[in-house]
Amino acid sequence: MKYILTAFLTVWLVTGYSQPKAEEILERIDQNMSSENRVFESSMTIHGKRSSRTITSKSWSVGDEKSFTEYLSPAREQGTKMLKLEDQLWIYSPSTDRTIQISGHMLRQSVMGSDLSYEDMMDDRKLTDTYDAEVTGSEEVDGRKAWVLELTAKVDDVAYAARKLWVDAERYIPLREDLFAKSGQLLKRSVMSDVVEVDGRWFPKTILYKDMLKQGDGTEFKMLDIKFNQDIPEHIFSKASLKM
Amino acid sequence: MKTALKLAFRNLIGAGLRTWLNVLVLSFSFVVIIWMNGLMAGWDYQAKTDMTNWQIGGGQYWHEQYDPYDPFTLTESHAPVPAGFSDELARGTMEPILVVQGTIYPEGRMQPVAITGIRPGQEILMIPTFALDTVVTDAVPAVIGAVLSRNMQVKEGDRLTMRWRDANGMFDATEILVIKVFSSNVPAVEAGQIYIPLEKLRSMTLLEDEATLVTFSDSEKERQDAGEWVHKSKDELTAPVDEIIKTKTVGQSVFYGILLLLAMLAVFDTQVLSIFRRQKEIGTYIALGYTRREVVGLFTVEGAMHSVLAAVVAALYGFPFLWWQAREGWTMPIEASEFGMAMAQTLYPVYSAGLVIATVLIVVLVTTIVSYLPSRKIAKMNPTEALRGRIQ
Repeated sequence: MKYILTAFLTVWLVTGYSQPKAEEILERIDQNMSSENRVFESSMTIHGKRSSRTITSKSWSVGDEKSFTEYLSPAREQGTKMLKLEDQLWIYSPSTDRTIQISGHMLRQSVMGSDLSYEDMMDDRKLTDTYDAEVTGSEEVDGRKAWVLELTAKVDDVAYAARKLWVDAERYIPLREDLFAKSGQLLKRSVMSDVVEVDGRWFPKTILYKDMLKQGDGTEFKMLDIKFNQDIPEHIFSKASLKM
Repeated sequence: MKTALKLAFRNLIGAGLRTWLNVLVLSFSFVVIIWMNGLMAGWDYQAKTDMTNWQIGGGQYWHEQYDPYDPFTLTESHAPVPAGFSDELARGTMEPILVVQGTIYPEGRMQPVAITGIRPGQEILMIPTFALDTVVTDAVPAVIGAVLSRNMQVKEGDRLTMRWRDANGMFDATEILVIKVFSSNVPAVEAGQIYIPLEKLRSMTLLEDEATLVTFSDSEKERQDAGEWVHKSKDELTAPVDEIIKTKTVGQSVFYGILLLLAMLAVFDTQVLSIFRRQKEIGTYIALGYTRREVVGLFTVEGAMHSVLAAVVAALYGFPFLWWQAREGWTMPIEASEFGMAMAQTLYPVYSAGLVIATVLIVVLVTTIVSYLPSRKIAKMNPTEALRGRIQ
């Protein structure tokens, strides 16, 4: 009996130490992914049924509250700017020389025909605030060991009732995320790849978003260049900068 | 006057082919004007009847935020059905309808739709909602219109994934089974709408006892706005049909104008020629004691009689034609649903006594005026010169 108890305790301790708690994993992800501020250039390739188109942009962001994006190409989108201040979003269109605020139902529209909605971009609440998380095991994703986390909404006003996350067990970055409807239907999937170390933190350079109910190969988001903790002038995050 | 009419008639018949050509052209104007106006009246009647049967019943209450032309208003346009409606709801003379924005994915294509919740047992609208009573265990039974079916290439028995958001904004998705595809003449009820049982939609969206609009059958009852519910009478709801028909009628008037102009040109020419060739006759009339006014009157009656003869000829071939049209209808060569408004593929003209009388009066009046204008020249004629047959 003593041996059995010792063996049980050993297994419990080993598994207990090797499998961190869900909250801890989410905390580590936050530490890894968030920074005081960041400046990055990115490309967004929207894979349609017949053709694909790529939009490049440059973004400045401070925490999750403030961000400013300027679209660089193609010519049709060039000069379009987007400003997000907490829960408010404005878009400036150079062709009409007008700034419009995206609010209410408009937040549910697709961003430039991609698989992402403005709401998806705006969602800056911490996962730990809106979901109950549980580690359900580990799996191998692209040759790397990953913790599998199942998140269930604990508030009513989130877009997705459940999420499933595969988190790199060593680098603590999400490698894949599935978003589910209330009925359990898989709605969207994002797959992160090209993980690189930037300024001492791991970061996925490519994210593929896919609406799982729709045909097509989804929307690929690529970080072309990223810099953390830069000196960003405060005036960038003002409505005046949209027309500059 | 009797003599004038006799003379005019004899002169007209005596002119032979020239008269009959004029009469034929004028009679054609009669028939076309009556037929086209009848077609418009028939369309108006059919469109309003179809809208009543398929879309609006005897009128509706709309939630104050509801705008059928702006799907984005659907998120906010719902509220509990007022308690004051409960009697009519129980009797089935009022039907609550809940409309929610959603998305369907036929063969992986993303298509926005309005998910419309309606009671399967309703009897106000002709939409075959009875099919929604079908027991389906693994999907939601749905009824769709022929326009959506054609556009989405979806047929009866097909299963589709449908996605929507509940009242809190949380996504949900399920499979729907298309039980029935219906066809009406009202594109608004067919395009971009999926009908599912009301109670199912309410539970899916957490909008228990709520509705976006309420349709009632009794259009005669005096009704007022009820809180955040705005009363829309049948006349208000069918006003777009009146607008379209008004626009079309104005367009058609141009066509009638051209048609009448051609006929009147012929009558005018005939009158000018008659006066030119019959100067001796005019001189003789005056020599016999006719006043100039009477001679002008004689020639005007003669011209105007073209229209009377035309009315008789039009009645001869027009009556069978118009009767046949009213019975068989006129089938449009293009797809009527493409117009986006209540319009049957085959329109049945509706003629009224008022329409026929008004058309006859207008044509006779215009012909009389056109006949009078050249006849005024007679008043300026020198009777002696006229008797000699000199050109004046």
